Amino acid sequence: MSSMLQGRWWSWGFRSAVMLYFVVLIIFPIFGIYGQSLSSGWSAFADNITEPLAWKAVLLTIKLALITTIINALVGTMSAWVLIRYRFPGRRLLNSLVDLPFALPTAVVGLMILLLLGPHSLVGEWAEKLGFTILFHQPAIIIAMVFVTFPFVIRAVQPLLEEMETSDEEAAYTLGASRATTFWRVILPNMLPGILSGAMLAFSRALAEFGAVVLVAGNIPGKTLIASVYIFGEIESDNTLGATAVSVMLLTISFLILWTVNYVQMRRKNG
Amino acid sequence: MRRLWIGLTVVLFGLLLIVPVVRIIMGAFNEGWRGFSDGLSRPETLHALFVTSMIVVIVTVVNTVFGVMMSLYLVRATWLGKRIKQLLNSIVDLPFAVSPVIGGLMIVLLLGPETALGALFNSAGVDIVYAIPGMIIATLFVTFPLIVREVMPVLQEIGNAQEEAASTLGASAWTTFWRVTWPSIQWSVVYGVVLTVARSLGEFGAVLVVSGNILFKTQTATTLVYQDVENFNLTAANSIALVLAAGSVTLLLFMEWAKSRREVH
Repeated sequence: MSSMLQGRWWSWGFRSAVMLYFVVLIIFPIFGIYGQSLSSGWSAFADNITEPLAWKAVLLTIKLALITTIINALVGTMSAWVLIRYRFPGRRLLNSLVDLPFALPTAVVGLMILLLLGPHSLVGEWAEKLGFTILFHQPAIIIAMVFVTFPFVIRAVQPLLEEMETSDEEAAYTLGASRATTFWRVILPNMLPGILSGAMLAFSRALAEFGAVVLVAGNIPGKTLIASVYIFGEIESDNTLGATAVSVMLLTISFLILWTVNYVQMRRKNG
Repeated sequence: MRRLWIGLTVVLFGLLLIVPVVRIIMGAFNEGWRGFSDGLSRPETLHALFVTSMIVVIVTVVNTVFGVMMSLYLVRATWLGKRIKQLLNSIVDLPFAVSPVIGGLMIVLLLGPETALGALFNSAGVDIVYAIPGMIIATLFVTFPLIVREVMPVLQEIGNAQEEAASTLGASAWTTFWRVTWPSIQWSVVYGVVLTVARSLGEFGAVLVVSGNILFKTQTATTLVYQDVENFNLTAANSIALVLAAGSVTLLLFMEWAKSRREVH
């Protein structure tokens, strides 16, 4: 009897500890920031959001993240296809390399891109000769975002390609479909869910990226100042309200994307 | 056609992934071995590496314990309703969607020196924000989903038949966990731990906001890289970056090795 009671006390202790940890660590901060953004009333919140620098930063971030997502959807689909369907020397190595951007610290990524594109580098000099600069301009931000979000689409498409029955493809060929028709009508529809969910995750990560971008963006308001760097600047200059307002905008977009992806994946699993 | 696609992919990987890493190695050694070792043996580097390793150890231990228990509860608990489990499950992922800077800002807002909680801790003699505890909390927040996301699918897959058999045969909850559940989830826990170590080693945005980046006090390896770049001290920045990159690549290789080993068995 006493041991049973003891067991019950233990499990109560564990349960409350874990739930408390979860609530304090994850739920409090997130609700806290929504609460804080409205702490000085709606009008202050609206003022901070309609501040031209703030919404320009958010719009710029969305624009660059969209370009990044499109690049990665194309390039990632191609890479996933090649890595799964073709056998060639070095395939395993490339496949392990895919995760490198997730493993590398973002500040290190920023430094890498800074070195690669800097004025004294090969790429920098070429671009200079052609009459434009990459570093501290929008292309550098896109390159940084493409790098950090590179694995998402590949890792989402690969399992679908592995699962895919080759019989559908063979049937299409037997019925006389050309390679292009087979690709567009049979293979692509099969990969599409992976491409979409990978692309959405990449988009949400690109929106949030800070470390890789802060070192290579010029941070000129309206031109190369993205939302996360704007938030950092506002924190540094003690304008917490401005920082929270933009944070809330960014967070809401990211949460919506995350939940959409989860919902779609859950429906696919159950359906 | 086939050749073209393979060629394109190889070139892409080379340009996007391999060249940047090579560039960091070259940058670290552009003043020879001396420049590299000088960059690393500066007292601020040693201190920053110490702070980073301390955070990595504490965060990994705490989040492993809580992460494994959270996954167990989210999959198995009968004392949580299905709806609540679903809700908690979708909240677990939120830190992935939060920009690191915003994660840091949240902690400053809740525990900063001007807040009620912050003042309370401060009067007790503990600083949270602009000190180590805040940096640990920020890293805990950022890395929380990693272990849960690795362990939960495995728990769902193995089902609870064996666990129920064990407890019917009179095993205590504790014995059941260590003898039945643990052996089947241990590798997923290892993956989760590797990811957590890698992420907390490299966390930058959240830590930068919370730490204030104070030299010899709250500076971590990544925030020191940032500061060195801002001060145009590129060789030193590259040296630290190389050490960090080597650490994360080693972790990545370990993970690949563990996964391929498990596939064979």
